[in-house]
Amino acid sequence: MSQMKDLIKIKDLTVRFYTYEGVVYAIDDLDLDIRQGETLGIVGETGSGKTMTALAILRLIPYPGKIESGSIVLLGRDHQSGLELLKLKEDTMRSIRGNKISMVFQEPGAALNPVYTIGDQISEVFLLHRRQELGRLAKQRVDSLLSNGSGPAAAVKRPLWRWQSRLYNKIAQQPRPLEPRILGHIPLFRRLLWRLGDEARLLTIDMLKDVEIPDPARVASQYPHQLSGGMKQRAVIAMALACSPELLIADEPTTSLDVTIQAQMLELFRRIKVDKGASVLFVTHNLGVASEVCDRVGVMYAGRLCEVASVEDMFLHPLHPYTRALLDAVPMPGRPLQTIPGALADAFNPPPGCRFHPRCPSAMPTCQQDRPKPKEVSKDHIVACYLY
Amino acid sequence: MRDWRFTARQLLKNPLSLIGVILIAIFLVIAIFAPLIAPTLEGHRDPYMIPRDGYYAEPRPPNELHPFGTTQGQYDIFYGVIWGARTAFRVAFIVIGITILIGLVLGSLAGYFGGVIDEVIMRITDVFMAFPWLILAMALVAVLGPSMKSVIIALCAVWWPSYARLIRGDILQVREEDYVEAARGLGASSGRVIIRHVLPNAIYPALIMASLDIGAVVLSAAALSFLGLGAPEGYADWGQLTQFAQNYIIGPMNDPLKYWYAVTIPGAFIFFFVLGWNLLGDAFRDIFDPRLARR
Amino acid sequence: MDGVTLAIKRGQWLGLVGESGCGKTTLAKTVVRLWKPNSGHIYFDIPDEVKAQIEQLESQGKNSSKLSSLLKDNDLGTFSGSRVLSFRRHAQLVHQDPFTSLNPRMKIKNIVAEPLRIHKVLPGHAIKRAVEELLGTVGLSSGQLERYPHQFSGGQRQRIAVARALATKPEFIAFDEPTSALDVSVQAQILNLLKDLKKEFGLTYLYITHELLIAESVCDYIAVMYVGKVVEMGMPEEIFHTPRHPYSKSLIAATPVPDPKRRIGRIVLPGEVPSPANPPPGCSFHPRCSQASAECHESGPELKLIGDDHYVACFHPL
Repeated sequence: MSQMKDLIKIKDLTVRFYTYEGVVYAIDDLDLDIRQGETLGIVGETGSGKTMTALAILRLIPYPGKIESGSIVLLGRDHQSGLELLKLKEDTMRSIRGNKISMVFQEPGAALNPVYTIGDQISEVFLLHRRQELGRLAKQRVDSLLSNGSGPAAAVKRPLWRWQSRLYNKIAQQPRPLEPRILGHIPLFRRLLWRLGDEARLLTIDMLKDVEIPDPARVASQYPHQLSGGMKQRAVIAMALACSPELLIADEPTTSLDVTIQAQMLELFRRIKVDKGASVLFVTHNLGVASEVCDRVGVMYAGRLCEVASVEDMFLHPLHPYTRALLDAVPMPGRPLQTIPGALADAFNPPPGCRFHPRCPSAMPTCQQDRPKPKEVSKDHIVACYLY
Repeated sequence: MRDWRFTARQLLKNPLSLIGVILIAIFLVIAIFAPLIAPTLEGHRDPYMIPRDGYYAEPRPPNELHPFGTTQGQYDIFYGVIWGARTAFRVAFIVIGITILIGLVLGSLAGYFGGVIDEVIMRITDVFMAFPWLILAMALVAVLGPSMKSVIIALCAVWWPSYARLIRGDILQVREEDYVEAARGLGASSGRVIIRHVLPNAIYPALIMASLDIGAVVLSAAALSFLGLGAPEGYADWGQLTQFAQNYIIGPMNDPLKYWYAVTIPGAFIFFFVLGWNLLGDAFRDIFDPRLARR
Repeated sequence: MDGVTLAIKRGQWLGLVGESGCGKTTLAKTVVRLWKPNSGHIYFDIPDEVKAQIEQLESQGKNSSKLSSLLKDNDLGTFSGSRVLSFRRHAQLVHQDPFTSLNPRMKIKNIVAEPLRIHKVLPGHAIKRAVEELLGTVGLSSGQLERYPHQFSGGQRQRIAVARALATKPEFIAFDEPTSALDVSVQAQILNLLKDLKKEFGLTYLYITHELLIAESVCDYIAVMYVGKVVEMGMPEEIFHTPRHPYSKSLIAATPVPDPKRRIGRIVLPGEVPSPANPPPGCSFHPRCSQASAECHESGPELKLIGDDHYVACFHPL
């Protein structure tokens, strides 16, 4: 497993929130790696920093939060030397969002614009990020019309087709071609570029098929309110996967869905990884979900990483006291419910040293003084605890 | 406790709202200390009647006796605008107070109970809103006879529908909240639910609109007075002062700004008063809406 | 909710399990008379003989005046006015979302005291003591009386809601998914609190949840609902280990468990949860059911006893 190449390397990431009541360390010196082709889960409760980690990768931390320090490097197919995401200009970052790294949120309805059809919204992604490919496909179609067309109707349309072919060629070759761009703004001539939308729509329907939406052509012309929660979430996933991103970030994507629908979605997530070869960062508070769908899991508490291990290691041999307590607190058949004493660490005034020490059954004097550093205790199993 | 401090800090942090607060504070001081700033002359029973220095028609420019000059009929402008501040506050708060009260009662009944009550109240509201406000107000003042009291009554009649509607709308929304259902589940009577649970949560938008409306009320009262359908002649009211100036807005051909003080000074007082309340109202709106999302 | 027949014994912790649209919230809110039933009867704490009498008269078919007077006196569904008010002292509901079930502009001392004031249970001067005691019972210290709900965490707010429900010393409390908005560790604390309170005060619980694992862990008896009907009822161990209704089986299989060994061989239930406004004909589950036959399309199965206190509504129980 550790021979797998890294896709994202997060180092020393610190995110602080400057609120009226005080400063909150939402993420405190985080080191985390996401490997290519793996599904990494981040598990935690409120205030653990799991959602902020996901947002930090895409630089979507909301006000009053600020990424104070650290680095997030994107490696992978096109970036052998590593792209430092935190230092990019906003324009470049925008070309990465939705394209190389995309995100799925908890509320399926929230990511969909209620006044546009599903098809339009997914096509928008293609038109934005895959314009050149759309141009190429459109040109192919027009060229085949040019070569096969016959009869008087074709003869009349021929010059139109030649013009379209030229335009689409330009779109396919250059990143920001002049003529199509100008024409695109003039109402009548904009129609010349209609095939782009058409090709995008075909790709959209393919995408909807991939996420197992029945009758994709019909669904593409429907509005979000006409779909159920599970279907909406699938549509959002389709939007996220449209450009074959290298990393798909999912922030509690199944929390608001019914149990049986959730099971379908988890199956879908497992398949996505295999079919598309994307890595998935799966943020959840539900340990069961994490064990179903992830290859590796990280547990966070109060902005810090407690433990990272493969799913088998984490759930069968948990090392960190918090992980153990969390697993004990999950209601399981035939076992009494164990609680964790105390309350979650106060965001404004967290305990010194190890954040978990006030609630930890194995707390030692050192735990209150200095924060434990993450250590690789056994193969691919990292823990931040003085017990090890 | 902490909430009000937060609100106060927000108010003072924003430069525009700070200006609003300062303006209102200045007017408040003027209104409270009016007897000291512009003392009533001996023998005058009603301090709201502006003292006259003669009966000459043409306004006189500012001099030592009359710091802001005198307007048509030799009414002292300085006295007029200072005591006019009191009138402005009085009219604004009484009108807004009464309309909120009416709006609360009618809006709550319509919003909480719905059904026939809602329909009836809303149709009555529609009828009132269908009138152009100025015509309705003028008609009422004409019927009741020009006085500050009739101005207040006329403005109340024109203003209450929008509050009734606004409060009804907010109540429709708050009514569906979980804690309202919980209160009913505890056995609370409808009255208790409305007064203790629904209204305290539904009233904030109405309060915000009220603070924005104070300026509008004063402008409307001034408009009525300017048309001669408001305060009685010589009453210390900003609109009344502009009415005196209506023949002197533009002076003779060679000196059109000769009587600038007659209309500009009362106008400026109106302007800054309304501006202050508008800025304050905007600030309130900004503070109270995202406050819910603060955490 | 469509033709639900359910009995909760005194002192029992009944778990009502189902997905969205199954009617579980509707059932809870109707039982505590927040909503009025369209038809059917609700009997709260009436002697067995009276209930037997009513059933006998009903089975006889004719509309006797004795029957209607008995119903008027005993059927909670028909109560109104002061009788509903006095019923509310004995039965309360705790809402799902602790962030919206407490009036944000009320201090918690008033929130918890409100039922005492409404029902005039205690004189004014005794209320403060009672509120402090109630907060102590749910694990909150008394120094917080003057605070507002938004100053508390989700778990604490839920405790306040429980304290409010306990104020009039009810015998019955309905819980509408009380822990679904809370963290895992907080959820465990709240469940233990409910366990302790039940023992200390001899309470009867109707506990709604969509998580079968919670129900199995704390409840004495479980009812599974699907699109407005109860499809299976029984003891937790039986339902969990030998579910007889195909839906219950799928629900159990679809529930994720933090145990990596359990991943393989899961039944993923196809299709969508139908909307209760437009349920499929016959047995509502038949479009998604692997055992469905023509009979399932025609008519809806009734609940039948098939084991020790174990009921199933299915033509082809597993």
